Amino acid sequence: MEQSIFQYDFIIKGLLGALFASITAGLAGTYIVSRRLVFLSGGITHASFGGIGIGYFAGINPVIGAAVFGILSALGVEYLSVRQRIREDSAIGILWAFGMAIGIIFIYLTPGYSPNLMSYLFGSILTVTNADIIALGILSVVLILYFSIFYRTILYISFDESYARTYSSYVDVIKYTTISLMALTIVLNIRMAGVVLVLSLLTIPPNIAMIFTRVYFRIVLWSIVSGFIGTAAGYTISFFAGIPVGATIIFTLVILWVIAKLIRQLTTKRNKS
Amino acid sequence: MNSVSASYGGNPVLEDVSFYVQENDFIGVIGPNGGGKTTLLRVILGLLKPSAGTISFNDELLKPNSIGYLPQISTGDINYPVTVKDIVLSGLMITKGIVSRMSREDKMKASAVIEELGLSDFSGASLNELSGGQLQRVFLGRALIGNPRLLLLDEPGNFVDSSFENDFYEKLKELNTRIAILMVSHDVGTISQHIKSYACVNKKLHYHPSHEITNDDLMSYGCPIQLITHGEVPHTVLKTHR
Repeated sequence: MEQSIFQYDFIIKGLLGALFASITAGLAGTYIVSRRLVFLSGGITHASFGGIGIGYFAGINPVIGAAVFGILSALGVEYLSVRQRIREDSAIGILWAFGMAIGIIFIYLTPGYSPNLMSYLFGSILTVTNADIIALGILSVVLILYFSIFYRTILYISFDESYARTYSSYVDVIKYTTISLMALTIVLNIRMAGVVLVLSLLTIPPNIAMIFTRVYFRIVLWSIVSGFIGTAAGYTISFFAGIPVGATIIFTLVILWVIAKLIRQLTTKRNKS
Repeated sequence: MNSVSASYGGNPVLEDVSFYVQENDFIGVIGPNGGGKTTLLRVILGLLKPSAGTISFNDELLKPNSIGYLPQISTGDINYPVTVKDIVLSGLMITKGIVSRMSREDKMKASAVIEELGLSDFSGASLNELSGGQLQRVFLGRALIGNPRLLLLDEPGNFVDSSFENDFYEKLKELNTRIAILMVSHDVGTISQHIKSYACVNKKLHYHPSHEITNDDLMSYGCPIQLITHGEVPHTVLKTHR
């Protein structure tokens, strides 16, 4: 009896986690992929590992450390890319390695062994707390509201920033707010997929969606759907096969992407013939 | 535009520029690179605050939504997931706030502009499906949807290959019956038939109200210039600046 309640709780947590992860990753991923910010997002992800290390060392919640690091590095790179005093890809590359270095140094300096380190690198549903699920749920609501209220504003600034500046004075406010929310999305999803794998949770679903549609909000919708299928299936497979959840989710998503590509090729061939 | 001066980082680019755009005028803005042509557009668009002078429209302070703008090259990423109709609609953003919804009326306006520019078949297409000429018409549509009184064009010839140029300038001529046009161009010579007046910009601005043919020593740029021409093609020679 006790075990079945435990299992039930575990499944609910997994499904809610999968749902919120796919909503946040679908919204953020579409923005990141269409603005070609995938490399920047990689930088944010790895920079936030520095925050995780400092969090461990200082004895505060590592997610809070990661969020601070993630948002600051996102704002920093967005700012540098406007100033153009430094090459953006070099800046990201430095940030990427620097964040990992800080993380490793501080975790090494932390007395005692850190058992959760692997879960931050590769993700583990076992270490996902109720607080993590609630945080992802709140972020889902915030992102849905943010993108539905400012949909066109975000769309047009992302498409052609310099034209947007001819009619609006709020370009920078929107840009910096959006990139901060993206950083927060990445950090909160690290619990699900880990530092190393989280980027694909954001980038594979929009790429599946873009095989079938080129309309922004449809890409968001299909990203969420395909993200949920991939995450939930990956989660289930990992549960029964006893393999790491983050890696299983990414593996499932890539298989989905390949299937989508095949379907697309078969249907276009049929249309042509 | 009344005694406007503007500078970049302390370097004066425009000095004491005054001129007036007549209704349905078609002004060609010519001048050397770095002479202040683009700065002039930036000042009119309100992107650069003049260090002195004022800009007004029908004796009122300039309202940005009375201007349509076609940039030199589109900085937009043509692979971005956005449709032709969305791009045309973005021309209305100037009348909207940070929270913007497009009404049914707005969408009908967009459809009308798209039809006028002959792009009806591409309304739902994304930009990477279009040819260069179609792409330029999409951005022209974005500039036109707000019903501007003045259309600003920055080097439209740069944007598109020559096979589309004729169509494009014919379209401009047609639009010019209801909209004043100010066009910055280095190859003004090739379209001078449609241009009604000239503004030569090199720090100072000299306005030439109509086609004029006087003496052939054009010393506008502060350096000796010799015009090289062949016969048969109609030429316009402007008066010496005083």
